Amino acid sequence: MLNRFRTSVIGLVAALTFSPLAFAQNAQLQRSGAAKDQKATAAPAPFHDISGTWAPANGPNDGIQPYGVKAMPNDGKPEHQLPYTPYGLETYKSHKAPIGADEVLPTQYNDPRDRCEPLGFPRADLYYLRETQVMQNEYKVAILYQYAEAWRVIWTDGRKLPELVDGGVLVGKEVREPRFYGYSVGKWMDDNTLVVQTIGMMPEDRVWLDLTGRPISDAARVEERFHRVNHDRMELTVTINDPKMYSKPWIAMNKFPMRLEDPHRDVMEVYCSPSEMEKYDKLFANPTSAPDGDSPGR
Amino acid sequence: MGKKAVSLSAVAVVLLSTTMPLFAHHGTAVFDTSKTLTMKGRVAEWDWSNPHCLLQFDVKNESGGMVHWIAETQNPGNMVYVGWAKASFKPGDEVTVTLMPAKNGRPFGRIKQVVLPNGKTLDANDGSLTSKDSADSPGGTKSGNYPKK
Repeated sequence: MLNRFRTSVIGLVAALTFSPLAFAQNAQLQRSGAAKDQKATAAPAPFHDISGTWAPANGPNDGIQPYGVKAMPNDGKPEHQLPYTPYGLETYKSHKAPIGADEVLPTQYNDPRDRCEPLGFPRADLYYLRETQVMQNEYKVAILYQYAEAWRVIWTDGRKLPELVDGGVLVGKEVREPRFYGYSVGKWMDDNTLVVQTIGMMPEDRVWLDLTGRPISDAARVEERFHRVNHDRMELTVTINDPKMYSKPWIAMNKFPMRLEDPHRDVMEVYCSPSEMEKYDKLFANPTSAPDGDSPGR
Repeated sequence: MGKKAVSLSAVAVVLLSTTMPLFAHHGTAVFDTSKTLTMKGRVAEWDWSNPHCLLQFDVKNESGGMVHWIAETQNPGNMVYVGWAKASFKPGDEVTVTLMPAKNGRPFGRIKQVVLPNGKTLDANDGSLTSKDSADSPGGTKSGNYPKK
């Protein structure tokens, strides 16, 4: 099964990388020397094109969003309180988060991430959004996230967004299963803005919204607005609409700035390994969470 | 033993103003953010791994005994931005480690910086990675290293 998955990913990347459109775009970026050009006046944004490797313009930590989603950090300030429904608040309180206003000790964490579960969407945008590779052709846009080397596809071939139904989504007459990364359809709103709608994600017992334990459910509909400001700069806005968890839609990222990296850049892998996680917990997390006292015999 | 070892082996204990380091994996609940310890030790193991790199090193206390310390950094994906690598340490290296200690007094901490045997300093940067760190990071920012198309 793992081999099948690997084959699928390799096939997807290869298809997108070597498709005529993507190849032309990559060649264009290589000729222009994207990173070098950032110091000069940026060229205009290309038409209907967000391909490239993108990184947080204000540094890696901006994309990690360690205190929760960038536009609404979980810092206890009244202006950053989310509009929870009663069920949403109850779900939030059941989450024992490693950071944020309700941070707990490491031995108490129940973040699915720490079991190496997939982050899912929209958390892939809202936690550890670092070096993000975007590949596209005339049918689809593929986003390759750095964290856990996860990827998702946004269809831009004109298809309609599936309908949210009990048990998943309705594609044509077929009910399809919920997915960690949902079902995404994108539409170009103007020359440089791709608006993406995503539904059909996993239920709240499988995924979190952010590192601070905010919830997200399978009733969520998420809008992403990728606006390429110029050749070297893109802004991402993410709006959460989850009536099960929140009483009204709210913005989680607001024009989050990303800069285009050198097309030659070899992005480092950031993975979740159960064996390394187990070793870390045994050697470090558990002993540091223990009560005061002498060191155990080691 | 842990608390005693810390007090005897520390070269310096510096009280810092309270700051909240940013870390990708977890917060600072288990650390005493008001303290910094600096100590000399010998590297036992360097784990370049997720979710955090771990440096294990042995520090001699005043009575001649050894205290085994374990200190974390961020994950490799972050540490490369500030000049750290899998090859940064090897067992036996004499290093000077500055860290934020665990609240419970055990020999654990979060690394702030390490001075290598050659005098070079590796700064862990507390995870507050900036755009400058990103621009200076390895991984292909120098197009001249690659074949021309």
